[in-house]
Amino acid sequence: MRVSADLDLCQGHQLCQGEAPTVFGFDEAADQVVLLDERPDEALRDAVRTAVRYCPAMALSVED
Amino acid sequence: MTVSTGSTTGDGSTTGDGSTTVGGLQDIKEVSRRFPDSPHGHLEDLRDDPIGLLHRVRDECGDVGRFRLADRDVVLVSGAEANEQFFRAPDSTLDQAAAYPFMTPIFGKGVVFDASPEERQQMLKNQALRGDMMRGHASTIEREIRRMVADWGDEGEIDLLDFFAELTIYTTSACLIGPPFREELDEQFAHHYHELERGTDALAYVDPYMPGVESFERRDAAREALVALVQGIIDKRKARGTVAKEERDLLDVLISIDMSADYITGIFISMMFAGHHTSSGTASWALIELMRHPEVMAAVVAELDELYADGSDVSFQALRSIPQLEAALKETLRLHPPLVLLLRVAQEEVELAGHLIPAGTMVGATPRVSNRIAEDFPDPDAFDPGRYVDPRQEDLAHRWTWIPFGAGKHRCVGNAFAMMQMKAIFSVILRDYEFEMTQSPETYRDDTSKMVIQLARPAKVRYRRRAVSTGSTTGEPV
Repeated sequence: MRVSADLDLCQGHQLCQGEAPTVFGFDEAADQVVLLDERPDEALRDAVRTAVRYCPAMALSVED
Repeated sequence: MTVSTGSTTGDGSTTGDGSTTVGGLQDIKEVSRRFPDSPHGHLEDLRDDPIGLLHRVRDECGDVGRFRLADRDVVLVSGAEANEQFFRAPDSTLDQAAAYPFMTPIFGKGVVFDASPEERQQMLKNQALRGDMMRGHASTIEREIRRMVADWGDEGEIDLLDFFAELTIYTTSACLIGPPFREELDEQFAHHYHELERGTDALAYVDPYMPGVESFERRDAAREALVALVQGIIDKRKARGTVAKEERDLLDVLISIDMSADYITGIFISMMFAGHHTSSGTASWALIELMRHPEVMAAVVAELDELYADGSDVSFQALRSIPQLEAALKETLRLHPPLVLLLRVAQEEVELAGHLIPAGTMVGATPRVSNRIAEDFPDPDAFDPGRYVDPRQEDLAHRWTWIPFGAGKHRCVGNAFAMMQMKAIFSVILRDYEFEMTQSPETYRDDTSKMVIQLARPAKVRYRRRAVSTGSTTGEPV
């Protein structure tokens, strides 16, 4: 699984960090998401998919 | 596509003599007119049947078409590629501020904000809409709904517009401004606010203060009435003196920096505007679609019964996944997006869908049309919540055409709040009451005569308290 974040779209809501804190971090200065782990472990699949689905800016994607 | 794109190919260098600019716009096909004698281009089309006009642009012109609004050209895009270009354009290229002249008299003619719309949006997101504020908002919303239904009794009838427009005045004011301010409001405030929303006739593109337009006169009277109400609340606060910090709200802050009632009212109106008619309309349409589709209603009610069987709180569950209800809400939003036309003004020459658009041109995208593109949403006019279930996920798969909240950097910052609010509303009313239509299903419709679309009256429904909450207590958690 490969995760990507579109920084042109991110609005800094930070909901993804709540779902998968080891995958999504936050840059306070830029007010934007920081990808901590582009290829997260399979065990995190559900959490990552939830983060993608509920991102208020639709800025996240996941590919198999 | 039928459009000639003569100026965009060739040897790859720009022609640079200015003629491409003119050509860029004239190359874009103009949509037909239903009111050819109107002196204001397609203004009468927009006032008479905006949805028909927007669909006609795509049908006749394809991904990029053009209509005339008073003395301006509006280039209207649809489809994933053109939408993505539109929504990704920075503010310095496509600006929102000048695109909505009908809002100026509502926010207040003399009110000049220190911050741009983008900065205010950012402030809202960082304050009232912060993720850690949502739990409190969810319990506030639950409390407001319970107050609204407290005098319902076992059965009766409501008008959807009246009910949800009033409810969402209380929820948006309580969550965005503060509970003490909300406690000062009653249906009077909701009534005046509704008159503001009704004052959004597209005639504002000719002159937002055009004399003799009744809805404009009522709009201005309503705004004065709101200022008077806010002045009364300010006077009470001043007479009361300072209170403990935890009892203060945004109004106290604004009073403390000596803002006038007129200015404060303008700020409150603008803060509440984006979240009011949008949430009110979505709640109404969701209930209508659920009543029109009893099998979806049954699945949602069963889901809620099971979810709350353990006695958990609405304020807890509304922030979590409620898949069937969410899918029904998303499908409601796809078919009935509260805003059908999103506008910008080109601040500089911009290329869209292979055309050079000159500075000063209005450019629009249309949730109503894009949300129903058959290639992306098969059987596009059908209410089918199954679209959002794995693996279809049509909202994520088509994120540039599934655009009830817009898209890109300016995608509605309140969308998580709005979804939470809808989940809280339906968690309360669908567990306690059953609803049925008292009119034939197709008579529920929108009044599209103003830029702010509202449910047309009558839109009555009957409610009846459910016998017993029969929640399927044996069900395993999913």
